[in-house]
Amino acid sequence: MSPDFERRRARLVLALLAVAAAIAVLAFMTLGARGSWSFVLSFRGAKLAVLVLVAYAIAVSTVLFQTITGNRVLTPSLMGFDQLYMLLQTALVFLWGARGLTLLDPRALFALNVGVMVAFSLLLYRLLFARAGNSLHLLMLAGIVLGLLFRSLTTLLQRLINPNDFAVVQDRMFANFNGADGQLTLTCAALVLVVTLGLWRLSSTFDVLALGRDPAISLGVNHHRTVTLILMLVVALVAACTALVGPITFFGLLVANLAYLVMPSGKHRHTLPAAVLIAILFLVGGQTVLERVFAFNTALALVIEFLGGLAFILIVLKGRVR
Amino acid sequence: MIEIRNVAKSYGKVRVVDDVTLTIARGGLTSLVGPNGAGKSTLLSIAARLIPADTGTVSVDGLDVARTPSDQLARRLAILRQDNHVTARLNVRDLVAFGRYPHSKGRPTAEDRTHVERALAYMDLDGLADRFLDELSGGQRQRAFIAMTLCQETDYLLLDEPLNNLDIRHGVELMKLLRRAATELGKTVVLVLHDVNFASSYSDRIIAMRSGRVVLAGTPDEVMTPDNLSDVFGCRFDVHTIAGKRIATYFS
Amino acid sequence: MKLWLALAILATAVLAAVSLFVGVSDVSLSALLAGTASPQAQLVLVASRVPRTVALILAGSGMAVCGTLMQMIMRNRFVDPSTAGTVEAARFGMLMVLIFAPGLPLVAKMLVAAAFALAGTFILLLILKQVPLRTPVLVPLIGIMLGAVINAALLFIAYRYDLTQSVLAWTMGDFSTVLRGRYEILWVAFALTIAAYVAADQFTVAGLGESFATNLGLNYRRAMALGLTLVAMVTASVVVTVGVALFLGLIVPNLVSLIAGDNLRRTLPWTAVGGAALLLACDLVGRLIIPPYEIPVGTVLGVIGPIAFLFLVLRRGARVA
Repeated sequence: MSPDFERRRARLVLALLAVAAAIAVLAFMTLGARGSWSFVLSFRGAKLAVLVLVAYAIAVSTVLFQTITGNRVLTPSLMGFDQLYMLLQTALVFLWGARGLTLLDPRALFALNVGVMVAFSLLLYRLLFARAGNSLHLLMLAGIVLGLLFRSLTTLLQRLINPNDFAVVQDRMFANFNGADGQLTLTCAALVLVVTLGLWRLSSTFDVLALGRDPAISLGVNHHRTVTLILMLVVALVAACTALVGPITFFGLLVANLAYLVMPSGKHRHTLPAAVLIAILFLVGGQTVLERVFAFNTALALVIEFLGGLAFILIVLKGRVR
Repeated sequence: MIEIRNVAKSYGKVRVVDDVTLTIARGGLTSLVGPNGAGKSTLLSIAARLIPADTGTVSVDGLDVARTPSDQLARRLAILRQDNHVTARLNVRDLVAFGRYPHSKGRPTAEDRTHVERALAYMDLDGLADRFLDELSGGQRQRAFIAMTLCQETDYLLLDEPLNNLDIRHGVELMKLLRRAATELGKTVVLVLHDVNFASSYSDRIIAMRSGRVVLAGTPDEVMTPDNLSDVFGCRFDVHTIAGKRIATYFS
Repeated sequence: MKLWLALAILATAVLAAVSLFVGVSDVSLSALLAGTASPQAQLVLVASRVPRTVALILAGSGMAVCGTLMQMIMRNRFVDPSTAGTVEAARFGMLMVLIFAPGLPLVAKMLVAAAFALAGTFILLLILKQVPLRTPVLVPLIGIMLGAVINAALLFIAYRYDLTQSVLAWTMGDFSTVLRGRYEILWVAFALTIAAYVAADQFTVAGLGESFATNLGLNYRRAMALGLTLVAMVTASVVVTVGVALFLGLIVPNLVSLIAGDNLRRTLPWTAVGGAALLLACDLVGRLIIPPYEIPVGTVLGVIGPIAFLFLVLRRGARVA
């Protein structure tokens, strides 16, 4: 494929995706609206902001995580990172005591949470890759089982904190796209913005890192440092979207692989925006269809889980994993 | 008597066994030789009902292997394939004891235990009997598998490359043991062998295959000629007579 | 060996005895023996403590034996009903009963759940057949994913029919709700576990692989079908009564295999005793951590299970299976 053709094709696909995403957003904002427009727009606008933030964070974090790990099936959530966030959040409450926490500024608490999360994930990542890095299957299995462990620990801690409240135990098994409050959305938006600026400065290395460790080093990239930095930023994105809606296991996998599929090349200047647009299209469009057409409110996460799980099995079946 | 009639087997477009008709008489030791991919192992597996043939039939003592109940055949015929990967964690004695399964269905009698101990002794495994399979070397494991097959006490014994992984001493001892089983106990032993000299030294009959067909069959003296061997294997052979046995060299 | 097994059974019996006397209501042994126990204490013992303890023993031994059977039949160290989609499929069957035939007796519900569990296992086997390159850890990996997909479908349907609460109850592994009259179906699981022991040699031979099994005159497919049916029914009976215990069928069989090997005729009793002991111990821990409250045994095992599994996979994974 000539570079010229490739560029034109990428532009065309991106434009189409952008139009589709815009239509989804428009539909989400206007379909079935009743009563005062100003209320509808501000109410739905808040929800839209959450959906778009989550779509952006998951798409970017997944594509970059796959770049630095050099494969197309591992995702941060498959490695148990979002469950880790849930666990740390619960553990902080447990150690501090709920009363101590209320004295703390929620934004400071969030920052603390993200900080601990980044540190823990780096540790986990290094440990796992040192132990199981030579086998991708082993790595995936270890990640998934770690996710299960974190979830059980979270449940255990929640029980210990509040034995009477059986409801808390299971309600966060799947993501909930309706519950985030405005303050949290703003905080997360700020975090995502900061991360994006950081990633922007590193963006020239993405395509080089995708070649693998040895070529990247011989092309003059400080591999260890750059990968660590990107990983920290990726983890911060995961933290932001888990804080907003809870864990979503398979969504990243789905959008990243769709992006690779529709784009003519693996260049990040193509795949990253494509993944983000596909994610917005899926989340906003999916929510619109389920909410307005079928009148389901919280089922989107389940649909994503179902499709994403099937996609995962298909990808493994096609043998692209090694 | 093993009667193979018009047996053929293809994998995709490759015809691995191509219309083979062959009779192996009761008693005696028969070796199958031939280059890689000649279809020896496949033929052996078909004869032991491990692989179904596309066309043709195999019968053992008049019993069609594709139709006869498997447990009935297991008391008459034993097979050991090459490349055995057992993931179950068994010790050697337990593995060998499963050779008695067709007879005792898991309820071993005193007689079964005698058979087990004898098979262990035959294969020089007394000292290893309580070790787990995954703690053994490849050759030791191969001996354990052979002991299990011997323990089955069948009239017919089909072994695919039994000498794999065995050192020279254990290889020669196995061949002597099989020779004795054929001569003294009247067993019918069929082997796939790589080494034509082992085949020549211990067999009553040698059957040579190439490209899925039987190209030669006869006594070692008949088969072991330079022309025959180079025809089968596609390289040069010299054949010498040493101590009454035909020995081929292929280094010139 | 016999002596050691007797000791293990004794230790499990001690755990069971402790389980009878631990809990919110005070039931003391001396009072019972002296005949001075209050009627209420007697009722607690007979209606709640005894059923609970028996249920723990039956479910624990059944799930552990199930794990062994699956591992032998699929020739993989890392499968058990909770890593092969079996549990989720059984739950799916339960949901179908709840929606379409809620009036069925419990045994019929169990059988439907078992049929679904069996179907789930076969779907996994079909998927695995398509995989070009198989590594030992790939089997549980795809199994867990299949379970997640079934689970998502299950929760979606449950959500539509407003049955989410019931569905979540099946995932808890909670024995605190076990009462007289509500657990007896686990005796079916026990009978099936005994059946598995009777046929133990078949499964060991099947574990040698298809060639060996055929050579020894075993009908390999029939042994596989028998084993997977047993697994499905035991799993279903555990799912309908107490929910599941994550990885129980992995930890105990792997430990037993490491120590005593895989000759099931000899090792299955160990596996059964070990499963019962582990579940009893986890349940006791759950009852003792924050009295008077209880933590479901499923949560306790949910912490222990993955740790043990990770240890096994990282230690044993590269090498064996």
